[in-house]
Amino acid sequence: MLRLPPYTYHRPRTLREAVELLAEHGREAMPIAGGTDLVPNMKHRLFTPTHLVALKGIPELGGIDLRAHDEGGWELTIGAGESLASVAGNVEVRRHLPALAKAAAHIAGPQHRNRGTIGGNLCLDTRCTYYNQSEFWREALGYCLKKDGSVCHVTRVGAKCVAAHSADTPPVLMTADARVELEGPEGRRTLPIRELFVADGIWNSQRAHNEIINRIIVRIPGPDEDLGPVRTGYAKLRQRDSIDFPLLTVAVSARFDPEGHVRRLAGVVTGLGSRPRELTRWEELATGEPLSDEVLEALGERAGQQCTPLENHIIDPEWRKAMVPVITRRALADLTAHAHAP
Amino acid sequence: MSTSLEIVRLTVNGDPRTAGVPPHWTLLETLRYAMGLTGSKQGCDKGDCGACTVLVDGEPTLSCITPVWEAEGHRVTTVEGLAGPDGPHPVQDAFDRYGAGQCGFCTPGVLCSAAALLERTPTPSRHEVKEALAGNLCRCTGYTKILDAVVDAGRVLAERTSGSGEASNG
Repeated sequence: MLRLPPYTYHRPRTLREAVELLAEHGREAMPIAGGTDLVPNMKHRLFTPTHLVALKGIPELGGIDLRAHDEGGWELTIGAGESLASVAGNVEVRRHLPALAKAAAHIAGPQHRNRGTIGGNLCLDTRCTYYNQSEFWREALGYCLKKDGSVCHVTRVGAKCVAAHSADTPPVLMTADARVELEGPEGRRTLPIRELFVADGIWNSQRAHNEIINRIIVRIPGPDEDLGPVRTGYAKLRQRDSIDFPLLTVAVSARFDPEGHVRRLAGVVTGLGSRPRELTRWEELATGEPLSDEVLEALGERAGQQCTPLENHIIDPEWRKAMVPVITRRALADLTAHAHAP
Repeated sequence: MSTSLEIVRLTVNGDPRTAGVPPHWTLLETLRYAMGLTGSKQGCDKGDCGACTVLVDGEPTLSCITPVWEAEGHRVTTVEGLAGPDGPHPVQDAFDRYGAGQCGFCTPGVLCSAAALLERTPTPSRHEVKEALAGNLCRCTGYTKILDAVVDAGRVLAERTSGSGEASNG
């Protein structure tokens, strides 16, 4: 039996009210949306907020909206409070960002997706074998750098926490150049999602503790004479495909010219270090080429060279490294598997 | 921090229920230890296993990681509420006929997930049943009979629907 630590539950009706509650109670307060990450972590005493500010009852955080953009194409807006099940099943998301729908549909299990939100997925706490354990377990080991201790059991020497970023939707949103809107005590700000994450396993986000993600905005360029629609792909490795967190997640996006040759290509890998890793020097391998088996092979190999799995997962790092090219090729194959709207 | 009880008002299996609970209790603790509804099981107690699955507004929800206040104002259905006045829910009946419960610990959660599936997809394919039950772990690994039972419950529901259709036509 795992009991929750005592807390006071607040039910703000507006986003502003929620932000004020977080400001009023400072580091004693945390926002709770679906609670599928926070509640188990509280049961493990990884967080012990004495105030929980509930976001489920705030109408402003809901809604998925697609509208035509002035400069052509579309703008997709997703309220941070939308459940992962709702994002996965949304017609516009499936049509314009199929990899996002796929990623959302493969997070945890069905019950988690009913409660868990896309905003919550962006705020998912980093994970590590030595951290996501009960208080009893962690105490027996003398705790760890991320929580209550001074030693990292993964690197053994480092003074930096390397707990893994383990969320599935951020890599897809990064390849799609999404922006996130944050509401804080000083007002509203917008941040490219590529800048949201930092390489610090203890708190890997630019989001301040008293800020709430309000919505996610994705600009989707329409096709023109030279470039077809944006295509997206996603693939994931996990122990049990039914419920587990990712061991490795790869998201890719690309645009092809009318001849089917690659003109734009981006890839992001996560599940390894404290923030998602943007794959580099990819376009030079693929630009002007069709996605032939040889190109897929070369892209997968280059992705593998750039990734260094650590012992922050219970699964052997060498095997996970060997799987990077495999999962990357699967994500790339996914690019051409979806029929997109023109 | 005060540990005094607070009043929580829930709609459980169609009935309005009131209980005094410590304010940090989960929905599962409230159902089991304040309302005596011990059908929903406390398994891993951290949202992995699905044994605590109940329906909140018809959606399968892990009651062990749901603060009880999140359920206020919503309809909660537990395994105790699946049967109707005419007898067991078709999926409960199918579990009996197929021997789909072994030790029985995962059964209440599986039945809730399956009932929600049959509500939105009355005749699910085997693949749809697998997807819907992905978050319910059976430690006896008796999945085959569970899947058989849920698929058959869908068949029974379809026959019932077409049967009642003929009756009204006649």
